[in-house]
Amino acid sequence: MAAIYSLYIINKSGGLIFYKDYGSKGRMDTNDSLRVASLWHSMHAISQQLSPTTGCSGIELLEADTFDLHCFQSLTGTKFFVVCEPGTQHMEALLKVIYELYTDYVLKNPFYEMEMPIRCELFDVNLTQAIQKDRVVLLGR
Amino acid sequence: MIGVGKIKQYSNVLDKPLSKGKQEVSLSAFAFLFSELVQYNQTQVDNIAELERRLEDAGYAVGARVLELLCHRDKGNRRETRLLGILSFVHSTVWKVLFGKVADSLEKGTEHEDEYMISEKELLVNKFISTPKDMGTFNCGAFVAGIVRGVLDSAGFPAVVTAHFVPMEGQQRPRTTILIKFAEEVLQREARLG
Repeated sequence: MAAIYSLYIINKSGGLIFYKDYGSKGRMDTNDSLRVASLWHSMHAISQQLSPTTGCSGIELLEADTFDLHCFQSLTGTKFFVVCEPGTQHMEALLKVIYELYTDYVLKNPFYEMEMPIRCELFDVNLTQAIQKDRVVLLGR
Repeated sequence: MIGVGKIKQYSNVLDKPLSKGKQEVSLSAFAFLFSELVQYNQTQVDNIAELERRLEDAGYAVGARVLELLCHRDKGNRRETRLLGILSFVHSTVWKVLFGKVADSLEKGTEHEDEYMISEKELLVNKFISTPKDMGTFNCGAFVAGIVRGVLDSAGFPAVVTAHFVPMEGQQRPRTTILIKFAEEVLQREARLG
């Protein structure tokens, strides 16, 4: 069964503002997750510079033997990425859904400070629902 | 074809019927504007009670205007003069114009004679707002409470109106209750009217 291991949201300067893991695989402590976030931020920036084609927007998918990493960058530079089991489908769509939830429940919340870690109850609730729905869809296949 | 598409000419602008206006605005646009309103007021205060009061005042101005507009548009320049009349006016007419739906419930307080409650499962202004734990019982519905107070006060029913989160059994999210406590004179007048 395909599964999502973890979800990261990083702000435009590479700071981790949201991290959540699902299931036991690939679980990380806080320091490691921060490191992954800033490392990915730099790799993403380097990939843009190194790309032989012009107008490259950075790495969208990293495929490894044991995991896939799907990344989505919003226009403002906030990056969303999920680490999941190799071959998991429809992650781009899921990332778009998560981006939508972020714009709704984080950016429209007057108590959220930009670029700071996300602590919004409604975002957590709706995110859990979205991921669950995604699992149901995957199971249904 | 006579008369079709012809706009009736009014000699006086005041004789023109008040248009219903565009009924809906973008929810996102409203949410951002409201968010800014809260953030701005947050920079102007140093405690939560003050913030609540400022939001309520902002709502009061809206309420006073809404009452005037709706009395003119829907009621032919008449307004409700009885307690239950004005309450159901707020619960249905005002709510419908402001939020596109009738409020979920209107109840009478069980403990006090002068208390009434309007409850909403998901108040429109709170749709995208997660109140941080350290703000205690603060509810952005204070703005809506202000609107209700504005309507009631301008209609001659002075009252204290507050917004509260009420946990619901079997529900993850608490509902918002707008608590209306009428002034003594209102109840006395109501008793006289019988």
